[in-house]
Amino acid sequence: MTQTIPQVADYIRILPELVLAFFGLVVMVLDPLLDDEGSRKTLGGIALLGALCGLGASLWMAQSPGLAFWNMVRVDSFSVFFHVLITAIVAVVILTSYEYMAVQRIRAGEYYGLILFGAVGMTLMSSAVELVLIFIALEISSISSYVLAGFRRREASSSESSLKYFLLGSFATAFFLYGVALMFGATGSTNITAISQALQAKGVPRLAYVAVALMFVGLGFKVASAPFHVWTPDVYEGAPAPIVALMSTGSKAAAFAVLLRVMFEINTPGRFWLIWVSAALSMTLGNLSALVQDNVKRLLAYSSIAHAGYLLVAFAAQPGPGISAAMFYTASYAAMNVGAFAVVSHFAGAEERYVTLADYAGLGRRSPLLAATLTIFLLSLIGIPITGGFFAKFYVFSAALKSGLVWLTLIGLLNSAIGAYYYLRIIVMMYMREPKGEITVRRIPASLGVALALSVLATLYLGVLPGRVLDFALRSATQLMQPHRAAITPAPTPPVGTM
Amino acid sequence: MPENYIVRYLPLLFHMLIAAVLAGGMVVLSYFVGYRRPTRAKMSPYECGMTPVGDARGRFSVKFYLVAMLFILFDVEAVFLYPWAVILRQLKMFGFYEMMVYIGIVLVGLFYVWKKGVLDWNQTSTRRGTI
Repeated sequence: MTQTIPQVADYIRILPELVLAFFGLVVMVLDPLLDDEGSRKTLGGIALLGALCGLGASLWMAQSPGLAFWNMVRVDSFSVFFHVLITAIVAVVILTSYEYMAVQRIRAGEYYGLILFGAVGMTLMSSAVELVLIFIALEISSISSYVLAGFRRREASSSESSLKYFLLGSFATAFFLYGVALMFGATGSTNITAISQALQAKGVPRLAYVAVALMFVGLGFKVASAPFHVWTPDVYEGAPAPIVALMSTGSKAAAFAVLLRVMFEINTPGRFWLIWVSAALSMTLGNLSALVQDNVKRLLAYSSIAHAGYLLVAFAAQPGPGISAAMFYTASYAAMNVGAFAVVSHFAGAEERYVTLADYAGLGRRSPLLAATLTIFLLSLIGIPITGGFFAKFYVFSAALKSGLVWLTLIGLLNSAIGAYYYLRIIVMMYMREPKGEITVRRIPASLGVALALSVLATLYLGVLPGRVLDFALRSATQLMQPHRAAITPAPTPPVGTM
Repeated sequence: MPENYIVRYLPLLFHMLIAAVLAGGMVVLSYFVGYRRPTRAKMSPYECGMTPVGDARGRFSVKFYLVAMLFILFDVEAVFLYPWAVILRQLKMFGFYEMMVYIGIVLVGLFYVWKKGVLDWNQTSTRRGTI
């Protein structure tokens, strides 16, 4: 007799998702009842509370690791890591949006609701261990971001961004789903553990290679790695800046979590060259294209492609150091990139007018504080010591070297040098050029101040004391590599009756 | 994967081939065999026997699309009630509560579109911002 009714523990293991969805619903109910101003203030506060409660729930969830809902969800250090990371990102993004919504005169209710619903999908992606559930979570998070990308409704570029993201995104998810279907055909299961057992026991059928390749196409799109990166600059340019912060860190972290699970927990066959080529291409194309950008949002979009490439280097390395390096990289990239986009969204002003490189000329004199914070994030993106970006790159490349990937490491290091140029170009613009024209930089409001302070702290913390986070990542990595093969009940049976 | 895995799908392939040959054959045959004496009446677009009025690419009010979209959404959500009703006895009270939560979420959606004024066809623009 299989157990047909979920236990309390099952619900605790999806508590963060439940909390986030609940707050999303509250925002949705209150939105039509409030006027514009009220919706911005009140709903922003509620959404922030929701994200923080989600963070708390993630920590609470950590107390009861294990499988839930008939082997569909697994709570382990790995999923807790990404839950905490994503909810923290969401909280900071909401703090950034607070001022942004007022300046852009965007009606806020749906915006905050969608962010929370998107967060449900992202967190679920990191704990789902069933490919179909992963697909659903992926769709929840993607559909929210498609809508959010088009939220600057007076701008044509925003609609363009939303539509492009939607069309290409649905296409990519179809690839992922096709891969899942073929994987089911090859192994007879969609459960990650069962797939891994089947591949070990019966050898690898040729169909499995095709399945892995197709799933990689879908996930590669989500993390914006070459050659599936073409959408990134256009989408990032048109979407609201705080949403770009969310898409480039939160969605990306969730997609990397899925990629880590699929690649390493299944121990996928034939992944090495797939990742090698994609990593090398992403780093090179991302960095070279960023060199010629004049729009800061586009520049950061290409930098985001390049960083996806550095991250993929860790995937090509051996599982042990590779997984932990990738996790550390996701965290530190999130800290610095959310911060950078927070600055961009503040400086851009109404209708995001000031986003070109020339506008940043003389920012160091106009607003020393803003320029200084942006400088910290940019230095971290380059990978200068005492910032998180340094240790992130250090761990990734040392993992790659330990696994004998000399060529990939070489390509990565060369690219880091190229990357330094365009990040430094912004810094040079800010400090060594005369300010042009009259751009009034608004005072930094409290909410944005908190968001920036948190991002700076996180960036510096990861750069000065990376030990604790790395230890946690290492522990998660070992758990991921030797999944609880014995603990799983034999092949998941349908919960009720004979069906 | 069993030995004759692909072979078992051969009938399907034949089926598709026959369908393609049959459908294609009819078109090709009528092209070669059929008589063609076009008149103005014969060449005009066919619309239920009526004389066509205007262009097919007319503009509709966005409300039609919204209502169509909402219809699909709530329709699909209602479909979930059927499998639930079939196994309700086995799920006991738990299944009942679970479905109440589900319906509650659907109702929140209905409340939202209602308050936003989507269901009100008299209004040209909605009171609380546009959808």
